[in-house]
Parts: sequence; structure tokens; C-alpha cells
Amino acid sequence: MSASTSTVSRRPWLLGSYAALVFAFIYLPIIVLVAYSFNRDGVGGFPPRHFTFDWYRQLFADSAIWDSVVNSLIVAAGAVVLSLTLGLLAALALDRADFPCKSLFRRLVLLPLILPGIITGLSMLMFAVIAGFQRSLILVFFGHGTALISVATTELFAGLQKMDRRQEEASLDLGATPWRTFWLVTLPNLKLSLIAAGLLIFTLSMDEIAVTFFLIGSESTLPLEIWGRLRRGITPEINAISTLILVVSIILIAIWYHLRTRNEHD
Amino acid sequence: MNFIYSRTYKALVTLPPILWVSLFLLLPYLMMLLHSFWAVRDGVIVDRWNFDNYATLFKNPLYLQVLFRTARIAASVTLLSVLLGYPVAYFLSFHAGPRKEILYQLVIVPLWVSYLVRGYAWKTILGSDGVLNGFLQYLHITHGPVSAILYSPFAVILMLTHIYTPFVFLPIYASLEHIPRPLIEASQDLGASPRKTFFRVILPLSLPGLLAGATFAFVLSLGDFLAPLLVGGPSGTMIANLVQSLFGAAYDWPLGAAISVFILVITVALLAVTQRVEKHWSFE
Repeated sequence: MSASTSTVSRRPWLLGSYAALVFAFIYLPIIVLVAYSFNRDGVGGFPPRHFTFDWYRQLFADSAIWDSVVNSLIVAAGAVVLSLTLGLLAALALDRADFPCKSLFRRLVLLPLILPGIITGLSMLMFAVIAGFQRSLILVFFGHGTALISVATTELFAGLQKMDRRQEEASLDLGATPWRTFWLVTLPNLKLSLIAAGLLIFTLSMDEIAVTFFLIGSESTLPLEIWGRLRRGITPEINAISTLILVVSIILIAIWYHLRTRNEHD
Repeated sequence: MNFIYSRTYKALVTLPPILWVSLFLLLPYLMMLLHSFWAVRDGVIVDRWNFDNYATLFKNPLYLQVLFRTARIAASVTLLSVLLGYPVAYFLSFHAGPRKEILYQLVIVPLWVSYLVRGYAWKTILGSDGVLNGFLQYLHITHGPVSAILYSPFAVILMLTHIYTPFVFLPIYASLEHIPRPLIEASQDLGASPRKTFFRVILPLSLPGLLAGATFAFVLSLGDFLAPLLVGGPSGTMIANLVQSLFGAAYDWPLGAAISVFILVITVALLAVTQRVEKHWSFE
């Protein structure tokens, strides 16, 4: 962005140390979490003494955790498809069509992003109970997919606004059908927004608790499985799974960052 | 430019999301609203229209107490997140030099890290046989475990501040980055002290971002029900926990719905007000 001004004041060592403390506050808990996943003697105490991989070994043998991981992956993948499909249509509608209550629709779509998850979750639960749907993993998938239309719409609408409309016009003028134009011009142009939105939706769905909490049946997603264990007493096995979640998150960020910078350089 | 898209195209992209969102989002929210005016009689929810649920929320001392505690926790989280986030945003924007981009990413990364993982980390740190207590005893500052840290409103505030500081940082940083640097140089060239430049130029121009960040933090902590369950204990119960128990064991959906609608109204009203104020400021 703009060049940094060196004129503001002398070297602000005080401000710099304060910022360093804030960074410590943000990262220390995460570092502690990772460190204790290798601690033989449990999640607490200081200093961590005996280094071990036992908790990871235990984790990899823990079928309940991996079942819940599979459930979470299925829900998240489904939610990405559902919310991207509807979000893409909604973004196109907001960008290109005029319809009654347009601004109301825009606000409504965003509500799940703004409201506490418990309100969205409970509203959906009421709807499900009254409509006679069973609480299940499928309901969680519908819940996530619907709530996350908000994220998809926001990202894709921003992508559409940046897009060069003349390419589509040219395609239509040259005789391509609207359908062909959509597939060959509109979608490829939105590729990056689609991937960014998809990654974000995937991450949010994998981590979602509030809505899941109220819609799930007898199965479990990864966050709910961890949640259940937290209430029963904790072992570094949870540190181990948390560390793995952390690693996966960092990989996803790296992918996202790579895509973004590559696009900027093009 | 919209004429290039046919009516069929517009109908095809407009109808499915409108129908879906109306059916699976609007309708559920409306059901919540309807229930808040209904009642429970002999364990059955009946559509006897009344305002009693709302009255109960404001009359019952237990609910009022939790309501005030929630407001206090949310306000503390907001204040602390601003106190932590603003200086970091300021430092990055004006003094970080070439390390700016990497430091910016370092603040953003935790936003992608699981809420639950971060909450759990605090639980292991603050517990009575947790890392902090172990550390204090290791340094011989305390001799037995201090038990009052975890399961308190303080723990909730700490955990939520940790989670929302990056949220607050983002809009503040964006608004600081948008301040035209010549304005600051002009202020200095005209002899204003750094302090005066900050209070008269930088702070006022970053208020929209500050406000947006503060609103995020307040609204998000207001409706949180997981942090109190995780690290709050009974003395850290917040309003959303009441909702949860009313929809669960207590089985009073109408009262739970009324509290939900109350949270919803506060959230939407706060966001509407801040949006208006931001717009007002940015046009000046």
C-alpha cells in the first residue's frame, strides 16, 4: 500500500515491545498446546518433561475420532458444494437482476454470519422439528450449507464486481448461448473467488459447533467429538488432534495465500 | 448494462436462492419470532399470544443478573481487544517497515485456527493443575495451585479477548492504511507534536475501523455460549447459555425464543447504528 512513514516519530521501542507482547498473547496458548501434545505427563504442569509420541500413537488408534473426522469431511465437502451453488446464483442475482425486496434478501442471506450461531442453530432446529425432520448428519449438512451461503455470496459477489463485463458481452455478441457464456467466460473468471470461498467455507464448516450442536443426531463431527471429551476430562490426545487441526489449517492458509499472490502477479 | 442478460437468465439465477433462503433461513427465523409470543401449558407449546416471555426476561432477577453479566463480559472483551488490537495495527501500519506484510499475516493466521482448539488451549493453561499454575509453582511464586483462575468470568473474558483481538485488528488496520500519509506529514510540518498528530488526525480518521472492530467483538461475545461452558463455570454463565438450557432440559421454547429474539434485535440494531455512523464519518 502506501509507503511507510518514517517521519511519525523516533523508533517507537515502547510501542514495538507492546506489539510483541500482544503477539505473544496471541501465539503463546497455541505454542503451549502443541508443546504439551508431546508431554508424557499430561496436559498441565510445568515444565513439560518427558518427550513422547504416545499421544499421537493413541490418537491414530482412536477410531471414534477418525469416524468423526470422516463425518466432518463429508459435511464440509457437502456444505461447500451446496453453499457455493446457491451462493453463486445469489451473487449473480444481486449483481445482475432487479427483484422486489433485493436489499432485504441481501441482508437476510448475511444474517447467519452476523448472528450468534446458537440463534441460527436453534431456529433451524425448530424448523426441523416442526417439519418432522430427524436430527442427523444430513440435517447438519443442510444447516451448514444454508448458513454458509452468506460467505459464498459475499466472496462471489465481490468477484463478480471486479470482473470485466465486456468479455461476457463479447461472447454473447459472437453468438455463444448464455449457457456456454456462463461456462466458458463467467465461471473461469470467478475461479479464484470460488476457490477462496470454498476454502473458507470448508474451514468454517470443519470447525462449526453451535449449529451442529442442535442439529446432530447420534453421530459426531470432529469438533463435537472433541467437545464431548473436554467435558469428560482431558488428556494430551486432544492436544495431539488439535495440533493436527492446526497443521491442516496452516496448509490451507498456505494454499490460499499462494493462490492469491499468484493471481496478483499475473 | 443489465440488458445483456435475458429475463430467463435473471429468473434462473434469482428464484432458486430466494426460494431456498426463504424456506430454510427466513422461515426458521420467523418460527423463532412466533414462538417468542407463545406459551408453554402443561409441557405443551400453545399459540396463546402474549408478551409474558419478554416480561419474564426483564423481571426475573436471575435473568437480569445473567443479562448484566453478559453485557459486562462483552464490554470487557471489546475494550481489551481494542486495547490490544489498536496499538498492534498502529505499529504495523506506521513502524513495521518491510516486515509489515509478514506481521500482518501473523495476526491473520489465528483467525483460521479452530475456535475450539484455541478455547481448549486456555483450559489447559488456566486449570488448577494447568500450565500456568505449574509455572507459578515452578518459579516458587505460589506453593499450592491457585484454583480461582479457570471457571470464572475472567477466564471467559481472557479466552474471548484472545479470539476476537485479530477480528478487531483487521478493520482498524484497514482504516489506518487508508489514511493519506500527506495528512500526517502536514500535521507534523505545521508543528503538531506526535501526540497531537495522533489525537487530532490519526485517531479520528481511524474511528470507523475502530467502531467496526469494537462492534464485531461486542456482538460476537454477546451471543457466545461455548466459552462459558468451556472455561466459565457456573459463575461465568452468559445469556446464550440460558437460551440453550431453555431449549434443552428446562423445555421452555417460548422463553428461550424470546431471549434469542432479544439478542437478535440488539445485534442487528448495533450493526445498523454502527453502519450508519461509519457512513456518516467516511463522508466527512
